Amino acid sequence: MSVTDVKDPLDVDRIKADFPILTRQVHGKRLVYLDSANSSQKPEAVIDAMDRHLREYYANIHRGVYAISEESTAAYLAAHRKIAHLLNAASWREIVFTKNITEAINLVAYTWARANLREGDAIVLTQMEHHSNIVPWQILAAERGVELRWIPITPEYRLDTTELPRLLDGAKLLAVAGMSNVLGTINDIPTLTEAAHAAGALVLVDAAQAVPHLPVDVQAWGADFVGFTGHKMLGPSGIGGLWARAELLDAMPPFLGGGEMISDVSFEGFTTNELPWKFEAGTMPIVEATGLAAAIDYLEAIGLDAVRAHERQLAGYALRALRERFDDRLTIYGHDDLDERGAVISFLFEDIHAHDVSQVLDEDGVCVRAGHHCAKPLMRVLGVPATTRASFYVYNDEADADALVDSLVTAEKFFAI
Amino acid sequence: MPGIEDLYREIILDHYRAPRNRGELPVPPANKFEGFNPLCGDEVVLYLDVDGGAVKDVKIAGQGCSISQASSSMMSSAVKGKPVEEIRRLIRAFKALMSIHESKLEGESDGSDLADELEGVRLGDLEALQGVVKFPVRIKCATLAWNTLQQGLDEAS
Repeated sequence: MSVTDVKDPLDVDRIKADFPILTRQVHGKRLVYLDSANSSQKPEAVIDAMDRHLREYYANIHRGVYAISEESTAAYLAAHRKIAHLLNAASWREIVFTKNITEAINLVAYTWARANLREGDAIVLTQMEHHSNIVPWQILAAERGVELRWIPITPEYRLDTTELPRLLDGAKLLAVAGMSNVLGTINDIPTLTEAAHAAGALVLVDAAQAVPHLPVDVQAWGADFVGFTGHKMLGPSGIGGLWARAELLDAMPPFLGGGEMISDVSFEGFTTNELPWKFEAGTMPIVEATGLAAAIDYLEAIGLDAVRAHERQLAGYALRALRERFDDRLTIYGHDDLDERGAVISFLFEDIHAHDVSQVLDEDGVCVRAGHHCAKPLMRVLGVPATTRASFYVYNDEADADALVDSLVTAEKFFAI
Repeated sequence: MPGIEDLYREIILDHYRAPRNRGELPVPPANKFEGFNPLCGDEVVLYLDVDGGAVKDVKIAGQGCSISQASSSMMSSAVKGKPVEEIRRLIRAFKALMSIHESKLEGESDGSDLADELEGVRLGDLEALQGVVKFPVRIKCATLAWNTLQQGLDEAS
């Protein structure tokens, strides 16, 4: 059965209408936004929710006895509950809000890892990781003499797990992406987690790309730490977070010190607050949390299964169109197995630099990303300094994929040597 | 709104398709300098043979986007055979041309001080790169070769 025979599970025309920015034109052309892997656009519901919070009930949380402070606090707690529910966490207290997933991973590196890792311990990463899931561990490695090991990728752009037992031997942590922001590869987290736990290692999943695009169940994954970020899932920037099991969070030392994360402070010292406040120091992104809650409502109304099915179909359409039009003049850095890849497509023309391609695409209103995508080690493995990357989300359709292909045809002609 | 023709003027595409002075020079007597734009992977390798206060010969290697490679090519043509002092004036003039956007943004200049730097300097083909200032993200692509050249002249003297 051809994928194009199946109707798109999403009514994309209706969804597009929910995103005010999609009505604008760029250089006289329709805005075709294909950079959601970088950051996603926001629906009216999210913008409106934040606007109303600011207009009607903004106040600092936890502290006031007055009505609007109670309302503001209630909204903030609701945001914790909503993300906990989305991820199937055991409790909303297992959700720690941060400003983004980079901070969430750093939180684990600076608290759990520094309390538990010694010189000679190992952390296993992969060649496809984003810098946010590499650099915190490199900082730790330099500081503590911890060894970093790397799961390589196969020529088919998947994780090569043949040496996994050897890599995990003596490892305390496996840190891995749920879905690659360059290759689109979806990693088999349950299997990786089983192997890591058997070797005595905990598992951290960088779910920045996974949570917005796939149904994620932290119980089914079996992982110990899962990071997420709001701005990639229709929410505002400035809010992200960490899910971790309560026992782990209770055992971890605090991260940032200050107000709210304490229970008591005297001249002699302090005691920490209960979860999750222990890890939420100072005034948090209150209104952004409301935005994230509205984003989750929007996604759950569509259904993450439907989002996944939509992107699976669109990825298939786009990959086919690219291969038909350009054959092997265009290298696509990712495999074609739609069950194990998301709608993130990185590619390069043989003789045209990614920056030049994106410039021509911009002329046509098509927004893609050109560069190393915060994955320079992966670029080195791929043997290229940069790629062009198109990524699809709920507000994209086949017409957007067509616009991408047409614009790439223009780019190829423009730079023909 | 700036269009793509502002950025990719015909002369730039010409230098991109047929870059001048490609190759290497024996080191010594020439010196080798490398410039790198970590943001996008543009790379310029510059071979300079400076003799008697002038650039006797220049060769360019490296790879990158059309703007960075065209700028390197145009730079190599502009400096070959020229006295070092004249080249330094050229570098200042070119950087003034490129920085006009940044200094305007910071409110430091309205562009009139540019006239001093450009006084008496014939930019020739380089004027085609002026369009780059309308695309601030690409300014670093255009200036890479020039920063490498400046570094090279500073080290060679």
